Amino acid sequence: MLTPLPTYEDALARFEPVIGLEVHVELGTASKMFCGCATKFGAEPNTQVCPTCLGLPGSLPVLNGAAVESAIRIGLALGCSIADWCRFARKNYFYPDMPKNFQTSQYDEPIAFDGSVDVAVPSAASGGELVRVGIERAHMEEDTGKSLHVGGATGRIHGASHSLVDYNRAGIPLIEIVTTPVIGAGARAPEVARAYVGQLRELLLALGVSDVRMEQGSLRCDANVSIRPRSSAVLGTRTETKNVNSLRSIERAVRHEIRRQAGVLLAGGTVVQETRHWHEDTGVTTSGRVKSDAEDYRYFPEPDLVPVAPEREWVDRLRGTLPEPPHVRRGRLQQEWGCSENEMRDIVGAGALGLVELTVAAGASPQAARKWWLTELARRAKEEGLGLAELPVTPAQVAGVQALVDVGRVNDTLARQIFDGVLAGEGEPEEVVAARGLEVVSDDAALGDAVDRAITANPDVVDKIRAGKVAAAGALIGAVMKEMRGQADAGRVRELVLARLS
Amino acid sequence: MIAVPRDDLLRLSASALADALSVGEVSSVEITQAYLDRIVAVDGAVHAFLHVDTAGALAQAAEVDRRRAVGAAVHALAGVPIAVKDIVATRGMPTTAGSRLLEGWVPPYDATVAARLRTAGLPMLGKTNMDEFAMGSSTEHSAYGPTHNPWDLERIPGGSGGGSAAAVAAFEAPFAIGTDTGGSIRQPGAVTGTVGVKPTYGGVSRYGLVALASSLDQAGPVARTVLDAALLHELIGGHDPLDSTSIAGSPPPVVEAARRADVRGMRIGVVRELGGEGYQPGVRARFDEAVALLVGAGADVVEVSCPHFDYAFAAYYLILPSEASSNLARFDAMRYGLRVWPEHDQAASAEEVMLATREAGFGDEAKRRIILGTYALSSGYYDAYYGSAQKVRTLIARDFARAYEQADVLVSPTAPTTAFRLGDKLDDPIAMYLNDIATIPANLAGVPGLSVPSGLADEDSLPAGFQVLAPAERDDRLYRVGAALEAMLHEQWGGPLLDRAPALEGMSAC
Repeated sequence: MLTPLPTYEDALARFEPVIGLEVHVELGTASKMFCGCATKFGAEPNTQVCPTCLGLPGSLPVLNGAAVESAIRIGLALGCSIADWCRFARKNYFYPDMPKNFQTSQYDEPIAFDGSVDVAVPSAASGGELVRVGIERAHMEEDTGKSLHVGGATGRIHGASHSLVDYNRAGIPLIEIVTTPVIGAGARAPEVARAYVGQLRELLLALGVSDVRMEQGSLRCDANVSIRPRSSAVLGTRTETKNVNSLRSIERAVRHEIRRQAGVLLAGGTVVQETRHWHEDTGVTTSGRVKSDAEDYRYFPEPDLVPVAPEREWVDRLRGTLPEPPHVRRGRLQQEWGCSENEMRDIVGAGALGLVELTVAAGASPQAARKWWLTELARRAKEEGLGLAELPVTPAQVAGVQALVDVGRVNDTLARQIFDGVLAGEGEPEEVVAARGLEVVSDDAALGDAVDRAITANPDVVDKIRAGKVAAAGALIGAVMKEMRGQADAGRVRELVLARLS
Repeated sequence: MIAVPRDDLLRLSASALADALSVGEVSSVEITQAYLDRIVAVDGAVHAFLHVDTAGALAQAAEVDRRRAVGAAVHALAGVPIAVKDIVATRGMPTTAGSRLLEGWVPPYDATVAARLRTAGLPMLGKTNMDEFAMGSSTEHSAYGPTHNPWDLERIPGGSGGGSAAAVAAFEAPFAIGTDTGGSIRQPGAVTGTVGVKPTYGGVSRYGLVALASSLDQAGPVARTVLDAALLHELIGGHDPLDSTSIAGSPPPVVEAARRADVRGMRIGVVRELGGEGYQPGVRARFDEAVALLVGAGADVVEVSCPHFDYAFAAYYLILPSEASSNLARFDAMRYGLRVWPEHDQAASAEEVMLATREAGFGDEAKRRIILGTYALSSGYYDAYYGSAQKVRTLIARDFARAYEQADVLVSPTAPTTAFRLGDKLDDPIAMYLNDIATIPANLAGVPGLSVPSGLADEDSLPAGFQVLAPAERDDRLYRVGAALEAMLHEQWGGPLLDRAPALEGMSAC
């Protein structure tokens, strides 16, 4: 880029951004959209394929009922109307990783349409704000295969010597969720984009329809961005930024694209309607395919499938299976736990909301539950490269450890050692305490000798305490704790020290 | 074992062969060998087959004989050999759909139709010739050369399933599988003096049929008698969970209807729009006589009008190319079939290889229809072309519904003319397309249709066909009328029409 980009503030002073988000979600169904092939992530290339998902001559699709059910539940959770009758359509274009050279998708008859979600956008001021994001549609389609470009520097097709295609992904059920244009978010548009996708992710997790792993591509986001002069009522030309693989990237990519487009317009140029590629490392987007209106997918109703006509009773029954909407649940729990907005955001951000909730339900205080999951256990999960939920410790066990702390049988130091044992598979907290002998010693006879040795060994500290500096007692307590390998009851030790020196 | 003379074996109907097999008069190996020998003797002249599976057919035959010998329960048609149109995917046997693009492709799976034939123990003699991807009415669009009509080797056997019809007419197979998108079973049946049935859409699974136009394609039987067609129809028909458009209910009782062969009290509707001008006089004469025979047998005849049939042809040639342009997109050299590298360019991109392959691999007719369909589906034209065609389709279905209020079946000549000479219509696509003018409406509405020989036209002594159409899922009515007419005509002729066809041995194609 020859001319320097305007600052974000300068761009916003002149232009108003309008964003729209298209999210593709891979459903977690056991089999593919139109055939019985498995959908396991990371299998050997081209081992989860059959005549149908390879598009062999003569093969035909059969719709996966579980995928339709997921689509309807997603639609309902997004406040959408569910179509009484809708069809699939063929989207025709040629690409080597698309076996039939058309994608079986939905076009003008989506299964779900006209919904909205209230997105909690965090703000520096307390409480954040709710922004309503309109949902234009959620429709069903099949994924394509995956191209691997070999020999180029960047893994992209340009400069590659050849390409390999893995069709394991071809035919995996996708739901595409499209927002209406989000107008009026102003400078906060990038944050709204991030918050929307984050909230959508939580919702999909709560629905149990997808593992929504952005890094594995099971949730993919395309960000449409356009800007228009503050005085204009007409929408500007939009770009579609792809390859945005984390919540943070969404915010960064939208912010960058606003600045880039402002730079183009301020330099007297015009924004080209195109797809753009986000580069996580450099923080910029580069031009991809030019996407003119002339691009013509020649949609027509898929003749190999019969229309989808979900019965009302079924839809109503599915409505009854919906989880509490994430923002409602979050608000309720924040109130119940008496957490601050920041504390709540940390819990949600760490993916610990459900774990903390279960730990509290098992008897721990919200503060204690939050403390263990976000500090000690988060650290261990990170060391192991695991998600919090993947650690081999249950919320009930965490509550059990805290219960031992609460009755004074162990202190925090010992509690950490109990977690060592639980995570090492040594059993329940009580069993670890028994096996490792981790109980706090508060018996005066056992503590007395250690206190006497500490007093003898630290005459200077003793002098300070006798001179009235009671705070210096900490050094003696520390010495006792060390000798007792952390198992001394610190409160009782303190009493014994002060009694002997008074 | 009582030896049945070889020549008689070939002349027996499939149902007679099944009877002979069941009582042990003849073995499947003997029958299969007789047909394989016949293929060797005459197929050089007819060119009905693209692939003959001598070893496979004999092995299947021997297996059925073994099962029968130990008293195992077998299907009634077990051991009766069959020919299969090359559009049906057959595991381990080449499947080209008449195209260079699939030359050498051996499917890793069986179409449902093929699987049912194998399970029932019908030895597969081989795969029959066809217009490329079933686009044509003469088999002249086959990439592997045309099939010749056994009645006159200089003439077309109809299409696209000319290979199946000619194989049956030339006694190279007792019966065969065809597919019918706009008449590809019935029109070849008419011009070769054989019986062909297009079942109700959804009556026979499409799984494994290389798709031409998904909303029109339907597989069905090609046979020498109406009963044989019914027996084969019953075997391949019925619900298939692998085809979403397959009908779930119980299939119509076609065999029972063919055996009943009784038209007393049936109302037969002659379709005003499918006759008259444009129909060869000899074809019309045989049609009128056939109607008179049915009346003589106790049927009531009414004339019905289906005014929108006049638009069927135009609608068909928008819907078919549209769906075909999409169905044929998968032939891109990436996963199977032909791969052509652009000349002098070993570093060509995937897109360039696709382009070169499709340019070299598709014949002219396929290209013509892909271009037509791509155009008709393009934004800005979609409503005017594809959209309007779908509306016509609805109107045609309504015409049928109204006609079936007045009549139990509708009848017409199957094709407007007898077989024309090879090459005569190759340069005039519209003239070629008009062969299907009477068969197309059934495909658009999804209703079943049958063609049964009505005799030889006076002017050229070539076979003409009589078409019967019935409401959806009432395929049994086709067989009642077809079998009744066949019985009366056989009596009149003193035997089957095919007895008058030339012997073929020692003849060669021109």
